[in-house]
Amino acid sequence: MSNAQIDRQWTSRLRHSVVDKLPPDKLLPDTQPAYVASWIYVFGVTTMAALAVVIGTGCILALDGPQWWHSSSLGHFINSMHLWSVEIFFFAMVVHLWGKFSMAAWRGGRSLTWVTGGVTFLASILAGFTGYVSQTNFDSQWIATQAKDGINSTGGGAFFNVLNLGQMLMWHIVLLPIAAVVLTGLHVIMVRIKGVVPPFEDNAEVSA
Amino acid sequence: MTKKSFRPDVDAPEYKGAYVPYDIIKEGTIAVLVVVVLTVALAFVFSSPDEKAITIKTWSNADAVDFAQTAGDELSGTSGVAGYGAPYNNGGVAQHWGFLAPAKWVGVHININTATDFVLDPLEAQPAQPALTAAINQWKTASSANITAWTDAYTKVEANITFVNGQVKIPTTAAGPMPTLINYLTQMARTGALDQALVTQNGFYTTNYTKPLLFLSDGTYLASLADKQHLGGDQWGMMNETGQYPGQAWLWLYTFWYQIPPYNTSAAGDFLVWGTMMILTALMVLLPFIPGLRSIPRRIKIYRIIWREHYATQA
Repeated sequence: MSNAQIDRQWTSRLRHSVVDKLPPDKLLPDTQPAYVASWIYVFGVTTMAALAVVIGTGCILALDGPQWWHSSSLGHFINSMHLWSVEIFFFAMVVHLWGKFSMAAWRGGRSLTWVTGGVTFLASILAGFTGYVSQTNFDSQWIATQAKDGINSTGGGAFFNVLNLGQMLMWHIVLLPIAAVVLTGLHVIMVRIKGVVPPFEDNAEVSA
Repeated sequence: MTKKSFRPDVDAPEYKGAYVPYDIIKEGTIAVLVVVVLTVALAFVFSSPDEKAITIKTWSNADAVDFAQTAGDELSGTSGVAGYGAPYNNGGVAQHWGFLAPAKWVGVHININTATDFVLDPLEAQPAQPALTAAINQWKTASSANITAWTDAYTKVEANITFVNGQVKIPTTAAGPMPTLINYLTQMARTGALDQALVTQNGFYTTNYTKPLLFLSDGTYLASLADKQHLGGDQWGMMNETGQYPGQAWLWLYTFWYQIPPYNTSAAGDFLVWGTMMILTALMVLLPFIPGLRSIPRRIKIYRIIWREHYATQA
């Protein structure tokens, strides 16, 4: 088999494409532009760190089922960690979002990075919501019965029944975490490919 | 290489400045450790709320009259759920705004007949008792004119229902079998049997609590407990938690609309709130493509604070 034939293989093409767009020094950089020097940049990585803790504590809660935490002091503590990591996650994510808005971080071909970030935020809100209605306590009863009217008014309630614990729990522990992780991964890959958006400059020109 | 006009809100200048050392793995590791420590500390100090779920048994024992009135409404078809419309039934017109009626377009997908599902089927699952069996048969074989007459008579005295010596008293003789049915259902609810009957209608295994939750939401007991926990819709309820804990604070904008007209006065309030939020969400996600909006960061100049060191070195 000739080199040309090898290069035409799907596997070769995929590898070349990935390495061209995201070479190792971009994926795991050891330097960064000097303008990346503000506390605002901390909140992106904080969001991902909190997501890791949210998923970790969620996995522990999953070990003994959705009602374990009501009857176990250890389970209740893990649930508390789950709650507070979610609060940290959303706090960091919202600060990150406003920070990126203030920097107009979509400039320079980074529009999709912004869009994936926005969609990740929405998926996270849905993940948080399904968690709240899956608590199997008074709060989940009340939130579910209140939220049904909004979702029903859109027609979505016919398919996304917030009063169905089984459906909400599966979305919360399977579908939405997968969505959040995949979207976060895409978002981070885009950041690594394009780099951190440079500051606004007066009288700047762009090369085409 | 050609030059094209620079669009400051779309294009980014080419950075030709200095680079500094950056250890991305160390940064990520430290972030995880900090969040873990912070989470453990917050969990240890503040714990988390866990207000026990209420049951139809606790409701009917705590407020038998409210339960009996709600049961009467479910049987007569005058409850909130009975007249909800899609996706539960055709008992009413689902929320819509002008010609926009997505709930109606999608139609009924979660069939709920409140008289059958909440009252008659659970009662029929009870051990046979002559008076109860006769009342169920009388209701099921009655003409629609008879049922209308009974429900009209019931509605007139509904506010005067009492619960005395363990029995529901409905002060009318013109409501046909309704007093008997409501009284039996109340007794059933107070033992906890109705909770079981509502969730096991579809078989032994179940994870679907649609029916008991809809029944609970039709009464005033659930809402009264929620109000005490500052969870009411007019108390920014969706974003609150029981006790003094932070809830879904990120839903503040969604909850905000429910506090102001026309959202909190319109019969289509939920639809209007969701419509508004969908538009705002689309604007947020598609911001990079919207002229004017994407210029806001450049005009408000908060970036000057974020990149102050960079600009200081340029000065």
